[in-house]
Amino acid sequence: MPVLELRHLKKYYATQKAVDDISFSIEGGSIFGLLGPNGAGKTTLLRMITGIFYPDSGEVLFNGQPLNAERDIALIGYMPEERGLYKKMKIGEQALYLAQLKGLSRSQAMEDIKRWFVKLEMESWWNKKVEDLSKGMSQKLQFVTTVLHNPKLIILDEPFSGLDPVNANVIKDEIFGLAQRGATIIFSTHRMEQVEEICDQIVLVNRGHKILDGTVKTVKQQYKQNLFKIGFNAAPAITSTPVFNVLHEGADHSLTVKIAEGQTPNDVLQHFLQQGAPIHSFNELLPSLSDIFIQLVEGTPSTRKFQNVTA
Amino acid sequence: MNKTALIIKREYLSRVRKKTFILSTILTPLLFAVVIGAVVFITIKNVAHENIAVVDPSGYLKSNLEDSKIISYHFVTDADTANFFQKGYSAILLAPHTGVNNTANFKLITERSMNRFANDRIEKDISRSLENNLISEELKIDPKRIDSLKEEASAITIDSEKRGEGGTLAKSSFTIANGIGYFTAFLIYITLFIYGTMVMRGVMEEKTNRIAEVIISSVRPFQLMMGKIIGIGAVGLTQFLIWIVLIGGISMLLTAMIPADILQQAQQTGAQLPGAAGGGSEALQNIASAQASLAVVNWGLVVFCFIFFFLGGYLFYAALFAAVGSAVNEDPQDAQSLMMPITLPIVLGIIIMINAINDPSGPLATWSSIIPFFSPIVMMARIPFGVPDTVPYWQLGLSMGLLILGFLFTTWLSARIYRTGILLYGKKPTLKELAKWIRRR
Repeated sequence: MPVLELRHLKKYYATQKAVDDISFSIEGGSIFGLLGPNGAGKTTLLRMITGIFYPDSGEVLFNGQPLNAERDIALIGYMPEERGLYKKMKIGEQALYLAQLKGLSRSQAMEDIKRWFVKLEMESWWNKKVEDLSKGMSQKLQFVTTVLHNPKLIILDEPFSGLDPVNANVIKDEIFGLAQRGATIIFSTHRMEQVEEICDQIVLVNRGHKILDGTVKTVKQQYKQNLFKIGFNAAPAITSTPVFNVLHEGADHSLTVKIAEGQTPNDVLQHFLQQGAPIHSFNELLPSLSDIFIQLVEGTPSTRKFQNVTA
Repeated sequence: MNKTALIIKREYLSRVRKKTFILSTILTPLLFAVVIGAVVFITIKNVAHENIAVVDPSGYLKSNLEDSKIISYHFVTDADTANFFQKGYSAILLAPHTGVNNTANFKLITERSMNRFANDRIEKDISRSLENNLISEELKIDPKRIDSLKEEASAITIDSEKRGEGGTLAKSSFTIANGIGYFTAFLIYITLFIYGTMVMRGVMEEKTNRIAEVIISSVRPFQLMMGKIIGIGAVGLTQFLIWIVLIGGISMLLTAMIPADILQQAQQTGAQLPGAAGGGSEALQNIASAQASLAVVNWGLVVFCFIFFFLGGYLFYAALFAAVGSAVNEDPQDAQSLMMPITLPIVLGIIIMINAINDPSGPLATWSSIIPFFSPIVMMARIPFGVPDTVPYWQLGLSMGLLILGFLFTTWLSARIYRTGILLYGKKPTLKELAKWIRRR
């Protein structure tokens, strides 16, 4: 049973359709990527999943039940993109406060915070104020306060913005760890290389619509263009053939080819074997998510035009 | 622990622990006390005894000018405008040579200007003696007899009493009720502004800090808003409580410090209060009558109503201030323009109060003290005049009831603006957009 299921969610604002009929579901324990350009409707979608907004129509099922914000809020950890902390409050107290707001008892919260602070080497921060922290440090604190109450569903909106590579890796490892321990993670970003690395399943939204849904692997298969890279020890003779087109000749005697419709990689290999060309590698070139993203989103206006919506 | 309670606790503690709160809470009444003490001290010390030389060739004044505590008159022939100061007089009074029918042209020449009390006194003394002279000339009676007649007449004063509950007669003093009404109404006015803007800034801080959405993912927006409003209201109550204790303590201390003979004099003046004509200075009379009237005011009721109307008014307006804070961004000018519709009724309230307090049972006072927009200020000004004689129970009850309904309504209204505004960044919304937010599900 999926942990989270969205059914025909709609949310219209006065000037635009922020979310226009989006459905998908997320399996428990997976890391899910919610992608889309700026203004695609990601944040609105997430706010409906966390119960901050009510959808205009459609429903959100959490653990098979319609989402009940009052009850389910304790099982969800949400790190919004627009995030911050009380500047003048001491870090320990702040973490304690946010944990208690999530429903932890004081003693339980204290214990969990100490454990996380030790784990992420933040013990010395307890009596510091947020205004004394660098952006990366407060990001780390924000992450801890999001996952502190052991949520079943963790929603991270651009979790790595402002983090240096070292700290980004620390957080990434924690995300993997949380997923292994059974938490479901929704990861919203427009940074594709991170998605490729982390996510099992992705959904791409643009202008309020879902335009792509699937595992990273299937999506890549779906959008592959039958490109192969062949490495040679010596430059092969290039003759025109109905089997493939040469797209690119590399300086290291490699060729990038696009296999023609109805032909197979074996046909390509056969072609070169007949020539006696010295092949030393043969790889399929799958498109990166970034390529797919650009391909799908390109041509649509990057910022949405304002329109009048009658719901 | 309840989440709203957690928020209240944080809002309360984070403000009460601040150094500025502790300082302002302790220093404000201290400053009051110092200023009042200084004024009283200077007034008492400054009333110097003046020796006046009187040049009165016609002898009109001689039989009538009496020395008082402030002034001694010396009828002289050897002093003139050139040398009175050297002879030890602080002023010289030149009476004209002309007769009764030409009483103008009295001249008082001083080296340095005398204090107001002395000036007033001299003027009064002269006019009294002239009056006596004129009457005695016209009616051919002894001037001394006139004085005693006058004293008899002035011994009759109107006892300002009104029928209280159950037929008992309670002494009332319009001036005192007026003063208390003014003071408490202004206090509510000022605190509405102080704590209202505190709520607004708190909300703006959460919005610009971008912590609002983090918290909203744990609690309902309504809980966050109410937590803030109640927490800051509790800060206000704490401040009042400390002030009451401090002022009580300081005034006790001050009473102990007032010289015993002055206090005694005041009490004596108080004892013979209704007919106290000649004895004691006016200031002492005031102190005495103030003591008598302060004892008459129903302090329990005044304090209770003050706390009720402070809280009611605060809740009524704080919710609106919170809504404004949620709707604007960093720009304080945006906040200013959206605050206008809220500050206007408060300011209007104080203007109405200033006019209404002179006729606390009049229609302006009555109606404006029932409308929730003004009632915290105007009703508070009326309460010291007495319940139920000036403010009937039904008016007080209606006013309180409407205020409660009023703040429930503004809270509901604000909550709807708040939950949308707190998550929305970008340009300042127009009033039309705010109305749209209210209607939205």
